Amino acid sequence: MQIILNGETRSFEQIVTIQDLLNKLQLTGRLAVEVNQEIVPRSLFHTHEIRTGDTVEIVHAIGGG
Amino acid sequence: MTERQAEADDKLVIAGKTYTSRLLVGTGKYKDLEETGRAVAASGAEIVTVAIRRSNIGQNKNEPNLLDVISPARYTILPNTAGCYDADSAIRTCQLARELLDGQALVKLEVLGDPKTLYPDTPATLLAAGKLIADGFAVMVYTNDDPIMAKRFEEMGCIAVMPLAAPIGSGLGIRNPYNIRTIVENAKVPILVDAGVGTASDATIAMELGCDGVLMNTAIAEAKNPVLMASAMKKAVESGREAWLAGRMPRRAYASASSPIDGRFF
Repeated sequence: MQIILNGETRSFEQIVTIQDLLNKLQLTGRLAVEVNQEIVPRSLFHTHEIRTGDTVEIVHAIGGG
Repeated sequence: MTERQAEADDKLVIAGKTYTSRLLVGTGKYKDLEETGRAVAASGAEIVTVAIRRSNIGQNKNEPNLLDVISPARYTILPNTAGCYDADSAIRTCQLARELLDGQALVKLEVLGDPKTLYPDTPATLLAAGKLIADGFAVMVYTNDDPIMAKRFEEMGCIAVMPLAAPIGSGLGIRNPYNIRTIVENAKVPILVDAGVGTASDATIAMELGCDGVLMNTAIAEAKNPVLMASAMKKAVESGREAWLAGRMPRRAYASASSPIDGRFF
């Protein structure tokens, strides 16, 4: 499937849920996820399915003033 | 601790939580996370701002996260909406931040008007503040030093108002102390100077004007010795607060001798 992930078009196979995607990307720690400009709560990472064409943003906290 | 008790102990109360330190610091512009951690610790700050940005995909997976070094268990993490030039992106940022921080809804709202001055876009800030407050956020709002706007932000429900001393990162200090003083006099919510502080005396002046706190980032991060400057800022805010509480002497146009005239032998 093809999605836009953090601004870039990416293809993934065998990714169904957000948690699958995070595991594939080896992303851990505190983060938040938006799919098609709607926040998906952490409690739904294991169930929310990503579909081809989705726009996904994965964000975290960094240094700032 | 009740609010009255907090007042008696001269504590800072923000969104129902009591703090001893009146110095708030940012985490940007440091050499690395290690320096960030040391400077924040030296500052004694209990509230620390962070920015919300895309995670690095496919880069150094073992890179430590900021929140590993600046832990939400130890500090109150205050997400900002830095880099937002419109209300929608600021609102989205706050919503993501709230999710990231397990439902903590305290945010520092800034909606910028132009990249050269980083001055706040007041109409956009008002719009964002209204929507965020309606959505249950506790909004600390970055604004200019207009006393009318400061009051409007308070009246609409912002829990703290944060007038700039000078443009973000400029280090110019408090350019308009009279406006800051007016804002403080009119306010029923905490007033914290945010942006433009350059050195310790700037922070002291802010506190001597009656401000409830000071937020700074560049003044510490861009000092030649950030950890030492963080320590200086801690003392600067404390001394300015004590001077304010002590009630300064009046200014006089002419001299007033400190030693008696009587008993002179010459």
